[in-house]
Amino acid sequence: MDEGMKNMSKILLKIDGKDVEAREGMTILEAAQSAGIDIPTLCHHEKLEPYGACRLCNVEVEMRGGTKLVAACLYPVEQQLTVRTRSEKVDRIRKMILQLLLAHAPNSRELQRLGNEYGADKDRFEKESSFCINCGLCVRYCAEVKKLNAVGFVSRGATREISFVPEIAARECDQCKECFPLCPTEALQAAYVLAEALASFSPSFGLESKA
Amino acid sequence: MEQIKSPTELEELRQGILTQRDPHKRYITLCSGSACHASESKLVAEGIEEEIRRQGLGAEVEVRRTGCHGFCERGPVVVLHPEGTCYLQVKPEDAPELVAQVKENKVIERLLYTDHATGEKIALESEIPFYKNQQRILFGSNSNIDPKSIDDYLAIGGYAALAKALSQMTPEQVVREIKKSSLRGRGGAGFPTGIKWEGSRNAPGETKYVIVNADEGDPGAYMDRALLEGNPHSVLEGLTIGAYAIGSHEGYIYVRQEYPLAVENVGIAIKQAERYGFLGKNILGSGFDFTVKVHRGAGAFVCGESSALMTALEGKPGEPRSKYIRSNIKGLWERPSVLNNVETWANVPLIIDNGADWFTQFGTETSKGTKIFSLVGKIANTGLVEVPMGITVRDIVFKIGGGIPGGKKFKAVQTGGPSGGCLPEKLLDLQVGYDELTRAGSMMGSGGMIVMDEDTCMVDIARYFLDFLADESCGKCVPCREGIRQMLKILTNITEGKGKEGDIELLQELCEVAKEASLCALGTSAPNPVQSTLQHFRDEYEAHIKEKRCPALSCKELIAYHIDPDKCQACMICARNCPSEAILGGRNKIHIIEQEKCTKCGTCLDVCPARFSAVTKISGQPVPLPLPEEERTVVRKAKEVGVS
Amino acid sequence: MDIERVDRIIDKHRGEARALIQILLEIQSDNRWLPKEALTRVSERLQVPMTRVQHIATFYKAFSTVPKGRHEVHVCMGTACHVRGAQRVLDKVQDATGIQPGETDSDLRFSLEIVNCLGCCALGPVMEIDGKTHGRMSPAATVEALNDYE
Repeated sequence: MDEGMKNMSKILLKIDGKDVEAREGMTILEAAQSAGIDIPTLCHHEKLEPYGACRLCNVEVEMRGGTKLVAACLYPVEQQLTVRTRSEKVDRIRKMILQLLLAHAPNSRELQRLGNEYGADKDRFEKESSFCINCGLCVRYCAEVKKLNAVGFVSRGATREISFVPEIAARECDQCKECFPLCPTEALQAAYVLAEALASFSPSFGLESKA
Repeated sequence: MEQIKSPTELEELRQGILTQRDPHKRYITLCSGSACHASESKLVAEGIEEEIRRQGLGAEVEVRRTGCHGFCERGPVVVLHPEGTCYLQVKPEDAPELVAQVKENKVIERLLYTDHATGEKIALESEIPFYKNQQRILFGSNSNIDPKSIDDYLAIGGYAALAKALSQMTPEQVVREIKKSSLRGRGGAGFPTGIKWEGSRNAPGETKYVIVNADEGDPGAYMDRALLEGNPHSVLEGLTIGAYAIGSHEGYIYVRQEYPLAVENVGIAIKQAERYGFLGKNILGSGFDFTVKVHRGAGAFVCGESSALMTALEGKPGEPRSKYIRSNIKGLWERPSVLNNVETWANVPLIIDNGADWFTQFGTETSKGTKIFSLVGKIANTGLVEVPMGITVRDIVFKIGGGIPGGKKFKAVQTGGPSGGCLPEKLLDLQVGYDELTRAGSMMGSGGMIVMDEDTCMVDIARYFLDFLADESCGKCVPCREGIRQMLKILTNITEGKGKEGDIELLQELCEVAKEASLCALGTSAPNPVQSTLQHFRDEYEAHIKEKRCPALSCKELIAYHIDPDKCQACMICARNCPSEAILGGRNKIHIIEQEKCTKCGTCLDVCPARFSAVTKISGQPVPLPLPEEERTVVRKAKEVGVS
Repeated sequence: MDIERVDRIIDKHRGEARALIQILLEIQSDNRWLPKEALTRVSERLQVPMTRVQHIATFYKAFSTVPKGRHEVHVCMGTACHVRGAQRVLDKVQDATGIQPGETDSDLRFSLEIVNCLGCCALGPVMEIDGKTHGRMSPAATVEALNDYE
């Protein structure tokens, strides 16, 4: 790309009152990160396609005289866009999202840290049986980076969960397990579901010592 | 059949069909839509055909099995043409008399509509109040054509609009005409159709798609099915015109596999249109090519959402995508794609044929044309009704719908499906239109209109919709998946008498998060059923939470059945029918419900003879103690009752 | 289900990955449920990851990954049926069959499903058994209707 092209695709926007320069095609999240502005995320990973599921990265953008909430990880930067990464409303919504997730994984250090920042009460909702917060990091990492597709989602709505394909898991997962450290709930659910899948496939496969 | 190569040849073909048809020949149309099918309309049709053969009337009378006529409450509906005599709830055994009377030119009184106010019999379909107060520009043809016959469609002017668009208008002119008509999407949010088309037309790229959204998922709404089953060519014609307008050569019809008749009829229609040259290469000699494929939806409400539908078309789970770039710019396989609902597409040929000015004579300032509503629930005349935008809810419910059956009191109309809201009695004079409904806290949606009476609990309605959405959410984003999960728990608790102080406020907080932060329209609109019932029926929530009372006497955990000892005539009917053997009593002994055994199925209330009406429901107060054993001997009402 | 039947369905769609859902629908209607071997075959022949096949097979309502009973009972829970007492009908069906929606009894006599709207709102509450519509159901009529199916 020559200099002229670069200039053409340069985008100027304002994030939290700060002038930020971005390139066309970048998201608000990328632009903010490049300017050292922190936006909390749970389902985002730089090696993966943006997903937009946790909605924690919601920010306020000014639009047609009002403001609108958008997911920073997906929203493409626009010329002269004004973004606020914190506001009373943004914080209120992040707090509720964290409370909803803490019902699944009350002991997750990542959730607890964010929960403290936003004043979330981890006991606001009754404890749910699954740790999984459906961020999809394991599923997408396995598909997009490792190209193994050993773990995927099943079902939908409130019963959506992750599930390993036993045949592939038995062959691949023992050497890999790269998805475990990605998990914001600290791999508890992935390890459990993997062990379950392997048990159904080959009862002799030992996992506990390695997980 | 030779392919038709020009608008002139199309006109010649049409004239040919019309000349072959004797305008004075009698024909009988019979509703064969899915609802009437369930009421044995097939047997009725076969019976009538058999009788025509038997009575030797084959040359004088023909039978036409049509799509849905709309008056589902009284189906199967039979209409005699050309005069328009309408028979309702026709049974197979009526066939011999029906055919004989056609021959004699007489009318069968007992099969006519009876006006319940005046008791007067009404013979003509057009005079029946249910039909008289409608404006059936779109749906009217349904009752006149056999959906499996392209000739029937051609006979009423079918494909003339396509010929006009291809031969007399540029694509830009077509877009302009649709914009001028102010047609708005009939499937949900009411986005202006012409603007959507223009966006796609101007979007860069050679490959573009047009799609029919026939994934009608709102529970209690079936107008798209009726249109696709009853008049599939009108949808195909609209789609082809749209494809020409935006420059697309490939179209899809996404139809629920739960609609087998719609799948069948639209499949037949595509084959016929290909054979006649209305689809395929060089359509009507214009040089324009267009093909259509049917994709059967495998059952997911969320696929009614445009980006989820497109994901499903690509062969993936129907999870929505973010729409910061609109799908008319970047949709199916990342190409510009125009997705419109069945009813929207069916309006297109009418607008092109008659002009935008004709279309805009119907409706209000911001909502033009007509809308088909599926009028269901606690309503006398269940059915599909097409009305001009701007008509009041009251006129739909009472003039067309005939009001609430059983002398019950109207409570609310729910519009817009699971994403919509409830309109209470004080909003009955609201004019029906996109913006009017949205301002009232509901929405147009695809046109479901569910009438509720005094027996409907509004907290339970909110719970019902959230239960539906908890299952139908794709589960991808947190505000929708987790927000709905928690809202449903709270609502279930309230209806089970476990509501507590603070529940309403927590519901409101969850509503805000789902509305503001969800990924797609399913999530952002999921709070509507909660918010609108809270807005208009907050007292019902409070009665459940504070007094553990269900004012509608509907929530099972909060009601008890009771036999009024002063009214019970010891007829034994309830005791015999009770599936849990929870009713104590014997001959001449006042019956008593053993509360600990009762499963609250309501059978006793259903079967207690109306002249006694001894079984009642109570809520929010203790069940009166049973009479002491020695006082249970029944005191007979004077000679009303025989010994049981 | 034998693999040749699965292959025939796949061949009909020229093994195209984009036809995945249509192929699964045909297998479902042919076999009434989707056995694991069929899903594996589809995944291999279409070159679609098994994770996606599984997600689709569990995402859409038309699919079942467990065998179905001899008779499929669908209770309509559409809004019109709901306000006319569909819950009471469903309670009764559950009572009579001993199964919850989504389940099949151990004799493989009935499979019970709730459906969102059968579009026969005028006949509500509606129950469908093996495709036959039973309208204006009461809890008592429900049991009678079920008794006709062995």
